Amino acid sequence: MAQQVMDASAVLDAPLVMGKPSLAEVTSSVSGIVERKPPRAWYIAITVSGAFTLVLAAMLGYLVTTGVGVWGNNQPVGWAWDITNFVFWIGIGHAGTLISAILFLLRQRWRTSINRAAEAMTLFAVMCAGIYPLFHVGRPWRAYWLLPLPNADLGMWPNFKSPLLWDVFAVSTYATVSALFWYVGMIPDLATLRDRAKDKIRRFAYGLLSLGWRGSARHWRHYEMAYLLLAGLSTPLVVSVHSIVSFDFAVAVIPGWHTTIFPPYFVAGAIFSGFAMVVTLMVLARKVYRLEHLITLRHLDNMAKVMLATGMIVGYAYAVEFFTAFFSGNPFERFVFLNRATGPYAWAVWTMVFCNVVVPQIFWFQRARTSIPVLFVASILINVGMWFERFVIIVTSLHRDFLPSSWGYFRPTAVDVLTFMGSIGLFLTLFLLFVRFLPMIAMFEVKSMLASSHPHREAEK
Amino acid sequence: MKLTGKQYWRSLDQLAQSPRFLEWLHREFPAGASEWTSGSSRRQMLKLMAASFGLAGLTACRRPEERILPASSASEEMAPGVPLYYATIFTLGGVATGLLVESHDGRPTKIEGNPNHPSSLGGTSPYAQASVLSLYDPARSQRVLRNGRASSWEEFEKFAAEHFDPQRIGYGRGLRFLSESYNSPSLDAIREHILRRFPQAQWAEHDPLAQEQAAAGARLAFKDNLIPVYQFENADVVVSLDADFLGMDAPTMAAIRQFAKRRQLLEPGGAMNRLYAIESRHTMTGAAADHRLRLAPGAIRLFAETLARELGLAIPSSGAEPTLSEQARKWAAVLARDLNRNRGRALVLAGPRQPAEVHALTHWINQTLEAAGRTVVYRKPPASPPSITLAQLAGQMAAGQVETLVILGGNPAFTAPADLDFPALFGKVNHTIRLGLEEDETSAACRWHLPQAHFLESWGDGRALDGTASIQQPLIQPLFGGRTASELLALISGYKDRRGYDIVRNYWFSRWPAAQAEKIWRKALHDGVIPDTRFPEAKPSVDVTSVTTALRSAPPPAPARSDRLEAAFFPGWACWDGRFANNGWLQEAPEPMTRLTWDNAALLSPATAAELGLRDGDVVEIASSAGRAQMPVLVQPGHADHCISLSVGYGRNRCGPVGRNVGFDAYRLRSAQSPWIAGGITLRKTGARHKLALTQDHHSMEGRAIVLEAALAEWRQNPGLFQAAGHHTHESLALYKERTYETGYQWAMSIDLNACVGCGACVLACQAENNIPIVGKQQVLRGREMHWIRVDRYFEGPPEAPRAVTQPVNCMQCEDAPCENVCPVAATTHSPEGLNDMVYNRCVGTRYCSNNCPYKVRRFNFLNFHKDLSETGKMVFNPDVTVRMRGVMEKCTYCVQRIEEKRIQANREGRRAIRDGEIVTACQQACPAEAIVFGNMNDPASRVAQLRNSSRRYQLLAELNTKPRTTYLARVRNLNPELG
Repeated sequence: MAQQVMDASAVLDAPLVMGKPSLAEVTSSVSGIVERKPPRAWYIAITVSGAFTLVLAAMLGYLVTTGVGVWGNNQPVGWAWDITNFVFWIGIGHAGTLISAILFLLRQRWRTSINRAAEAMTLFAVMCAGIYPLFHVGRPWRAYWLLPLPNADLGMWPNFKSPLLWDVFAVSTYATVSALFWYVGMIPDLATLRDRAKDKIRRFAYGLLSLGWRGSARHWRHYEMAYLLLAGLSTPLVVSVHSIVSFDFAVAVIPGWHTTIFPPYFVAGAIFSGFAMVVTLMVLARKVYRLEHLITLRHLDNMAKVMLATGMIVGYAYAVEFFTAFFSGNPFERFVFLNRATGPYAWAVWTMVFCNVVVPQIFWFQRARTSIPVLFVASILINVGMWFERFVIIVTSLHRDFLPSSWGYFRPTAVDVLTFMGSIGLFLTLFLLFVRFLPMIAMFEVKSMLASSHPHREAEK
Repeated sequence: MKLTGKQYWRSLDQLAQSPRFLEWLHREFPAGASEWTSGSSRRQMLKLMAASFGLAGLTACRRPEERILPASSASEEMAPGVPLYYATIFTLGGVATGLLVESHDGRPTKIEGNPNHPSSLGGTSPYAQASVLSLYDPARSQRVLRNGRASSWEEFEKFAAEHFDPQRIGYGRGLRFLSESYNSPSLDAIREHILRRFPQAQWAEHDPLAQEQAAAGARLAFKDNLIPVYQFENADVVVSLDADFLGMDAPTMAAIRQFAKRRQLLEPGGAMNRLYAIESRHTMTGAAADHRLRLAPGAIRLFAETLARELGLAIPSSGAEPTLSEQARKWAAVLARDLNRNRGRALVLAGPRQPAEVHALTHWINQTLEAAGRTVVYRKPPASPPSITLAQLAGQMAAGQVETLVILGGNPAFTAPADLDFPALFGKVNHTIRLGLEEDETSAACRWHLPQAHFLESWGDGRALDGTASIQQPLIQPLFGGRTASELLALISGYKDRRGYDIVRNYWFSRWPAAQAEKIWRKALHDGVIPDTRFPEAKPSVDVTSVTTALRSAPPPAPARSDRLEAAFFPGWACWDGRFANNGWLQEAPEPMTRLTWDNAALLSPATAAELGLRDGDVVEIASSAGRAQMPVLVQPGHADHCISLSVGYGRNRCGPVGRNVGFDAYRLRSAQSPWIAGGITLRKTGARHKLALTQDHHSMEGRAIVLEAALAEWRQNPGLFQAAGHHTHESLALYKERTYETGYQWAMSIDLNACVGCGACVLACQAENNIPIVGKQQVLRGREMHWIRVDRYFEGPPEAPRAVTQPVNCMQCEDAPCENVCPVAATTHSPEGLNDMVYNRCVGTRYCSNNCPYKVRRFNFLNFHKDLSETGKMVFNPDVTVRMRGVMEKCTYCVQRIEEKRIQANREGRRAIRDGEIVTACQQACPAEAIVFGNMNDPASRVAQLRNSSRRYQLLAELNTKPRTTYLARVRNLNPELG
């Protein structure tokens, strides 16, 4: 694949599907990935990510049997890598939902070749995220007490005033709806795989999963309605879920947390990091599976623009927070920001600023937006920056708050690091399994974009 | 746990008569109850019912055989679950402090001060609080050792019977006794008996922290062994010359109370005392002082002379006066004027580090200030029996003149001055017999090691500083077969009484009229003091010639320089002289001024550290005339330049696992001639670093209104000063109707920052009362110490000479608690009486509550900190308080178990109201300064309500609208306008 550099108008006018493939060619491009033996890269990748997943299991086992003390959390930093990773993963998930649902409602047809993989990424990200609230508690075997199950013995519900409880609802709703949305959306493609399946096991499995899809007009009508409803349901989640996650901090009294800008700031940040993850994964997948004609430079260009826009919002939020803190005259607030910029964690703060504010600026340039190496490196740096953003918010606000006698310092332990790397391993393992066994591009949606599908319209625009 | 059949029968016999037992019997065994009356069938039945007795827990009873008398009830009857309090004493440094020890089911669990005792007046020191843990320490000596192999008391008794025959032992020609400091009349009696039986024997006393120079100073000034007992409550002006009388040099905890009483103004109109502290290290006294001057320890003598001259005394000139700084000379003049204005109400005292001449000088100054009988009372103790010094004993040992050495307590192999090379001398003694609480450095050098009984297991007696005597009664039979020093000496010398009980009882009975003796004895056991035992008051006059001669003949030391530093020695915060090294509570309790745990360090000033290129944690090799030692340095703001402060007692290598190799041994630097201040010290960087675990890393308030402080004059001018201070206070803009707390008990607490000296007794009391675990140095380095109350210490002002303030912080029990809203499982809720209740069994451990607490008073069990508890270690737990498991949050509860205990009691007594002062939280009870007051704020007559009305009162972080129930009384300094 040669690096294609195009000028601005060329990109906007470029077809969303390159090379004018036929319907059958689209089907075989995508289904072939599932039906063929995976390339060697896949085996190498899943061995590595599988190993890290085992490390995750081991670390979690160690954590549960020994205690939260195996991490670096302390007094005053009660939350550190655990909640940073939680917000990081949940944030990543938002891109998928935005691409699937919001771009659907806004009729942005360029979403069709990336939405399936992005939605899968959301689901896996939410699974990785969910590990943390469950395991970061001191007594994980009692974590079910956060669920509002009627309890005659206790005679009371959990505390609905707590943002952590709102998280329970928000994240479980998000996981449920995302799973449904993703699955329902896949049914026609699963049916395709069922119809093409050569061996019995595949036919049975895909048959079961495709729920008897025949592709009849009635089926399609139901499908469209269901998909629309689910899209409508998912859309507010893009805004609400991360807003609620941001309430974990915004509702607290701690300076650096207690600010109303968090919900929009977090949502923008989530979309920002989510798109960056999608770009990272898609850049790799399209190369390995030769899908450059379906996931084109125009797609990448659009995603880069979203990253630029959301990155600017995030950068603006940094500036506004800083300004507000000083303008407020509140000495505790002022100090938090001064401490961020010049205190013991300044290195984390400036990494964050560089990765989140400076790096996306490159996407003003169309050459950068369509350059694969730039996209790959920038998307990774953006995710690094977004991880540091959560780390900065959580740890720098906690480590020096109101009473200087309680000021402390947080240092991660090996278990913190390995648990996080393990969660990345889990995420990649799940994603690799998805790529291996499920259609990673929404074939029927892409096919609906081909010129041959719309003889009376210039559908490829 | 050895229970002989004899004990078993006897205790059951006692119980068998009690109505409660009979009632139980009738309920459980109606058929057998009728046979109870006959003696033999009773024994039969008891034999058969042994199993059920075991289940009833009665066999676990380890109450002493002899009759001990509780202070808290008229009878000795023990109801399970209801604690009894017994009066006893705790002797440290030769001074006894009266205690009330809480006993649950026959074992002591908590120590409190005895309000009747003059050393305590209700308060306790951190050492007293922590000593209950030492009782149950499994690393305590549990066996008799002979030449390093296990032996028994029987074997020793056989040996002693043969060896200590007076004729065979040459009437004591080669017999020497070496004991730690004690102040026990009954032990004195045995000592006299020994010296009669072995006329050639000699007795030496060694206490590395004995205030010998102070005693020598009194002898110099008065030509008599007088004890100055300071009456701080009568003093309007106090000048402390290197005397940390509110901290490590405290003569008694009562001194703190007396001093604090004169500072606890509620309204600006009252009179307040004034304290000037002149010292090298920044101590608690310096923190409490209104004015502080830092001087190297050797220079304080020059200051004292200058001050005396300003007061008109004829002090001979040493020629070294110009070496005193301009500031110090100004101080001397100003202080002299202030002292003169306050004749009869002023006091000057010197600390144990200062040489005898300085002490003598202060006695002379006090005489000039007409202090006698007013701010200081001189008491004359009875003549003590003859003794030799440790140096003399060492000389005799070196010359091979000592054949038998009996060491009672202490740890001389570790604590002796390094230049005596004491451990090496043991080889020259044929028979070394050592009675000790631990198998320590001294035990390793001795042939016989005998386990000593802990004071909570011992019968004994002791005297307070002013001579008031008390009986020490045990609360539990010796857990590990230990015996007291008296019992050992009685055994060796064939004294008429062998058991500790008999020794003490017969001694005191011989002093009382026979008819009343029993009554006096019982009252003494009950009250904790023996009346009319105070030393008589003396009205001495200073022998001026003696003092001036001493000053002339002992020239002041050359001023310290960066290549010739001075070192001052202090007791180790956690270990005192080293005896508490294995006490985890003390090791983990942060040293008040440095906040250091699990270590000691050489303290020095920021300027000197910069000069020598040293940072916190750099390991240096220190060389003195006596030897060398390596230790890390720690910079202390306000420390005097060109001198270092060293803490002894650390760096023990033969110790239990908790204290082994913790810290660095400063005894190696101590010489016999100048054990307290050493000159000519050099420091050499080794290049190594040592991690120091501090519980507080940041020492400035950063301009925040945390500890509010003002000059007395400012407050007088503007009484509303403290309410208006702080950041932007405003009326509440609550969304919801605010809850009012006008009915019922509403618990609140007031902490007076003018009284608090930062001693840390509250921290240890809370730890003991609430079963708080220790976490160890590694976890403290990670920031996970578990103390529910902490004493913060801040420095304010210029870094070379800052002011220090201390502030105890416990859970504020906020009315609008930020922690309550954010717990997802509602594990922390608000009680109708204003307490923030922590529900351990509901907590899942999300830690949001701790994150949201602005005061950071919540503590999380990050790991299982109660792992590997020994059998005896479990006995120290307070059964009224849950032991929290891993993964659960905990915090101060205003000692809710005590609140409920008193409520139950009040209900039992007919639903009467709980009176003010009935409920005393652990921190309140331990505080020697009475700085913490707890009570019902809705009761206008309660002390806490009165304190809340004071214009000094403020809330910490009031602007957050948490509405804390714990409020503070601001710090007010009585500044002398001449010093600015």
